[in-house]
Amino acid sequence: MKMSGAQALIKSLEMEGVEVMFGLPGGAILPVYDPLIDSSIRHILVRHEQGAGHMAEGYAHATGRPGVAMVTSGPAATNIVTPLADAYLDSIPLVVITGQVPLSAIGSDAFQECDTLGITMPVTKHNWLVTDAQDIPRIIREAFHVATTGRPGPVLVDFPKDIANQMMTWEWPETVNLPGYKPNLKGHPKQIKEAARLISESHRPVIYAGGGILKARAAEQLRELAELTGIPVVTTLMARGAFPDDHELCLGMPGMHGNYTAVTAMQKADLLIALGSRFDDRVTGKVGAFAPDAKIIHVDVDPAELGKVRRPDVPIVGDCRNVIEKVIAAVCSDQSKHDWPDLTPWRNQVKAWQTEFPLTYEQHEDGPLKPQFCIESLRDHTPDDTIVVSGVGQHQMWTSQYWKFRYPYTWVNSGGLGTMGFAVPAAIGAKVGMPERMVWAVDGDGCFQMTAQELVTASAEQIPVKIAILNNAYLGMVRQWQELFYEERYSEVYLSPDLPDYVKWAEAMGCVGFRVDTPDDVVPTIEKANEIDDRPVVIDFRTDYREKVYPMVAAGQSNDNIILGPETDRPGGR
Amino acid sequence: MDGSHHILSVLVENKFGVLSRISGLFSRRGYNIYSLAVSPTEDPRYSRMTVVVDGDSAPIEQVTKQLNKLIPVIKISELTPEEAVERELMLVTVKVGGASRSQVTELASIFEAKILDVGYEAMTLMVAGAPEKLDAMTDLLAPYEIVELQRTGRIALAKLARESSKLKLVKNKGA
Repeated sequence: MKMSGAQALIKSLEMEGVEVMFGLPGGAILPVYDPLIDSSIRHILVRHEQGAGHMAEGYAHATGRPGVAMVTSGPAATNIVTPLADAYLDSIPLVVITGQVPLSAIGSDAFQECDTLGITMPVTKHNWLVTDAQDIPRIIREAFHVATTGRPGPVLVDFPKDIANQMMTWEWPETVNLPGYKPNLKGHPKQIKEAARLISESHRPVIYAGGGILKARAAEQLRELAELTGIPVVTTLMARGAFPDDHELCLGMPGMHGNYTAVTAMQKADLLIALGSRFDDRVTGKVGAFAPDAKIIHVDVDPAELGKVRRPDVPIVGDCRNVIEKVIAAVCSDQSKHDWPDLTPWRNQVKAWQTEFPLTYEQHEDGPLKPQFCIESLRDHTPDDTIVVSGVGQHQMWTSQYWKFRYPYTWVNSGGLGTMGFAVPAAIGAKVGMPERMVWAVDGDGCFQMTAQELVTASAEQIPVKIAILNNAYLGMVRQWQELFYEERYSEVYLSPDLPDYVKWAEAMGCVGFRVDTPDDVVPTIEKANEIDDRPVVIDFRTDYREKVYPMVAAGQSNDNIILGPETDRPGGR
Repeated sequence: MDGSHHILSVLVENKFGVLSRISGLFSRRGYNIYSLAVSPTEDPRYSRMTVVVDGDSAPIEQVTKQLNKLIPVIKISELTPEEAVERELMLVTVKVGGASRSQVTELASIFEAKILDVGYEAMTLMVAGAPEKLDAMTDLLAPYEIVELQRTGRIALAKLARESSKLKLVKNKGA
């Protein structure tokens, strides 16, 4: 069958099962938008290309399917670089199609030309420039394969305008043939046995679960392993929800703003079982002082993560789900042969820390409104399977700390890149992917101002997301650092609570807007917002700007020097 | 060149942009390239890159693992100097005048260098060999004043087995 390159592109996307894509047309991609009219694919017209990228990410986070975005060349391509970098660091499967000037014009500084391939090379798992329409089905097939297998990640296909108009003969490739790409998913049997042996000898083990658990869809296996061995589990920022927070073995989030128990259990551990985690600096603190007595079992599908930061005693390359299943089998067979150490004293120690050092804040009846109180109220007045999305900063840390995640894929945030402005578009993408679920974004006022215009998209497309702005009138996390580490010399962090007027702005974008100033109003307003299902809702919570995120490990410090709260603003203090 | 240099022989798909992917990976991860040589192989689908990496800038294991993640990279072999034959080519233009012309010519013959071009007061030589030989030649030419010098960067292949594989197997079992 003969068809144009543009038709072949759309047909290839349909063959890959794409149901929805986020995008914005322009000159170079124009020919592709024509056959889109006749396609089954739903296209969501964004207001800024960065929004398209983050929506595709939110969609991928929530559904596990690759997010697809399509934009034009030049400035559109550069606008989507941030989402690509974000997806690259958080291993989110993303397929981005960019228009490009005609092949013959490439390199001539043509209108809206930029070196998209060169610019996106460092922030994609792989990228392609289509140079012959006949290659389109193969390249799209390869693009989805690379994005979704092994360690997932973003890919980009650069699509010159003349290729879109070139005629080709349709043929869908049955298989993908990439000789240089063969992810190893299995896990080496000898290493798995060795892992089981180390586990059987440890007295203070901790499972250090990372985002790889969610990517491998291994939450069930993780739970089985934890329950079988009785080993406590920390869930990193990217793994919140991978293990239920109400489980007695769950220690919650470790790291710079992790809770005391999660941080300290890792520090005191004699064995860390790292599953799909990557020893990020926000988790380890000063690497040389991180978990000094711990042996390391490190499971990751990306061999380059093993030994990148900390040399593991047992490195295992493989998909988390496969490997955990095999470790469970090895543990079962080992347990039947001899007695395992009793972990009760260790679990009691951990419980004692949890009792002694819980997360704390104080909400006085007559205000000021505490951000943690808003989050706890939201948590307690929304369904258990609500998808929570956040931007980056104080509000993100508080949400991760105070939300009780019970299910995987209910937490969407920007971890590695720390992209402010992620929440609004990512929440829209998540809601598109999971329309039956309630989706709440907890955002900061600084973050909200970066991408709020996508609420116009949400209104126009009737995507009823809900946004809770924790409006403290500051770039709060920066303010916190200036207060603690720059002698309260506040430099360029004040934003004003009233400029913009968030309620009016929400209304102008077709949303319902509420404002909450007092603790009494919090729950009734959340309940009002929950009732609204035909348009987006924005709540402007006026929160206490003095509130800081605790616990905290200062940058570059050892995790032993965890600061618990304002009264104990000294390392190791209580 | 000190011992912390490593030679990687990287077989890659012969497609546009591959060199850029590899050099980009080195620069963004902070690995230093000491030299890099690219050439087609016996199979036109592939090229071979011989990369000499400064081992102090990054552990070679991490460099190899990151390179392996690039999709056009088919195979990487690390060649230690003991296990590899290495060669490099150098072109060098030296000032020669009066008596020094015959001295440089003599040096050239000792090093089995070829005289490619002779000018009124300079001479261009070509010498091929192990990188150490080129270093030595450079040192000896320096007093005559080197006008221009260019080296290709090394290329390397694994040394061939000197005994039958069966014999090796028996020996290993004995050990």
